[in-house]
Amino acid sequence: MKTGLDALRGSAAIAGVATFGCGETPGFTDMELLARSAHAAVADAGLTMRDIDGLCTASASAAMWALPVVEYLGLNPRYIDGTMLGGSSFIAHLLPAMHAIRSGQCSAVLVCYGSAQRSAAFGRREIVAARRFLDPQPYEHPYEPMLPVSAYALAASRHMHEFGTTREQLADVAVAARAWARLNPEAFMREPLTREQVLAARMVSDPLTVRDCCLVTDGGGAYVLVSAERARDLPKKPVHVLGNATAVWNRQISSMKDLTITAASQSGREAFAMAGLAPKDIDVVQLYDAFTINTLLFLEDLGFCPKGEGGRFVADGAIAPGGRLPVNTNGGGLSCVHPGMYGIFALIEAVRQLRGDCGERQVKNAHTAIAHGNGGMLSSQATAILGTADAL
Amino acid sequence: MTTQTIEEGATGVQAFHQRELDAGRLLLQCCGTCGRHVYYPREGCPHCGSTALEWKSFNGLGTVHAVTTVRRKPADGGDLNVSLIDLDEGVRLMSRVDNLAPDAVRIGQRVRARVQVKDGRGLVLFDAIEGDAA
Repeated sequence: MKTGLDALRGSAAIAGVATFGCGETPGFTDMELLARSAHAAVADAGLTMRDIDGLCTASASAAMWALPVVEYLGLNPRYIDGTMLGGSSFIAHLLPAMHAIRSGQCSAVLVCYGSAQRSAAFGRREIVAARRFLDPQPYEHPYEPMLPVSAYALAASRHMHEFGTTREQLADVAVAARAWARLNPEAFMREPLTREQVLAARMVSDPLTVRDCCLVTDGGGAYVLVSAERARDLPKKPVHVLGNATAVWNRQISSMKDLTITAASQSGREAFAMAGLAPKDIDVVQLYDAFTINTLLFLEDLGFCPKGEGGRFVADGAIAPGGRLPVNTNGGGLSCVHPGMYGIFALIEAVRQLRGDCGERQVKNAHTAIAHGNGGMLSSQATAILGTADAL
Repeated sequence: MTTQTIEEGATGVQAFHQRELDAGRLLLQCCGTCGRHVYYPREGCPHCGSTALEWKSFNGLGTVHAVTTVRRKPADGGDLNVSLIDLDEGVRLMSRVDNLAPDAVRIGQRVRARVQVKDGRGLVLFDAIEGDAA
């Protein structure tokens, strides 16, 4: 019998997914967006809320978020994971949930998130001010960086300096994301976008313009994880979790050892090892693109191109529809949806691609996918390798 | 069980470091066990786990490692440089290069630290000095 992480490879499958309210939904609270997504994901899995006996969730505002979610949904979970690592959380939640299912602690885990970040009356300015007290950074805040964008801008400045990466190459990431979004009815921004428009957009924190930055939207997302055996008897085509790993090296950008190498190099290596696959085996790529520099860093750190080559790798439509590698096929955080934390949406898009549910943007013959989540200031990294039954 | 007593008037390293800055003094921690410098101030060495950290003064020379200009409306204070500075001692910190226009700060610029004391509160800033910009 296999032991360790190898034994978990493919042992659990995502049986249901849903999103709700991606874009602008005035009048909905965080919890309502979460609940609509959660109910829809459970129904998508062919289950009822009474079948759910495990819960994973996180909030950027509420420290004890699992409690109100249990109460609101009427759950009685035997497995609860409220680990909050930022936007990567909902991908990081996979492996512990697989352990819990494998051990028999629980049988159906609901992973769910919702945020009314765009429409909330309690604005971003107030939230930034509140966090300075609740979660102080006394060695960064006095210098007034515009966080998070300035942190990513600093990393971008370093990538440009060391590898000759250009603003045009960064812009091509945003242009590719928009081209995919134009094929996705759920995407928030769907009008055409050119490299020139990205470069001419308002500069926020050099070298990143507003079009190098993710959207601020509302939205909820949820998925249901069950054992592979159980998934076979449920209505939707199961998407198996072949590998998952999480790594955190730092919190603040000033504490990052090398601004051009993220902990994705560790989470990716470990997730691929668990899956027994390599980047060349992956059909669809979903990366947490909070900023255009993220896509370059993660393509490099996950092994899709050598370190420093990200800019040249993405140039001229290489990751856009019809390019050599389909990346962020929903339009990503840059053009589809970004309600505070995007990780769960990257995972959901990977599942939809592997199910063949993606309509006009569907990648043909997709059997394997990678969904990579980022949190904080390039701080936490979680990688999931997913596959259809053919990939087991 | 180990019981630790707190000496009269003792504070954590953050408050101590800030008091020193408020008095215009620049200090850096150095690990007595592994010999590496530590910034920001900590209760234990993040490199080797030792708690034998000692305070040392330093000459404050460093190099701009990464740079951004935060674009702000004049009403919000105008454009602002934010840099990551590598001190010659081998530690990195966030700060600002204060004697250049924000978008004139370049990676590789040699800089020297100084303490700005404003309303009684000290803050480490840097000024560009002569030297090769890499």
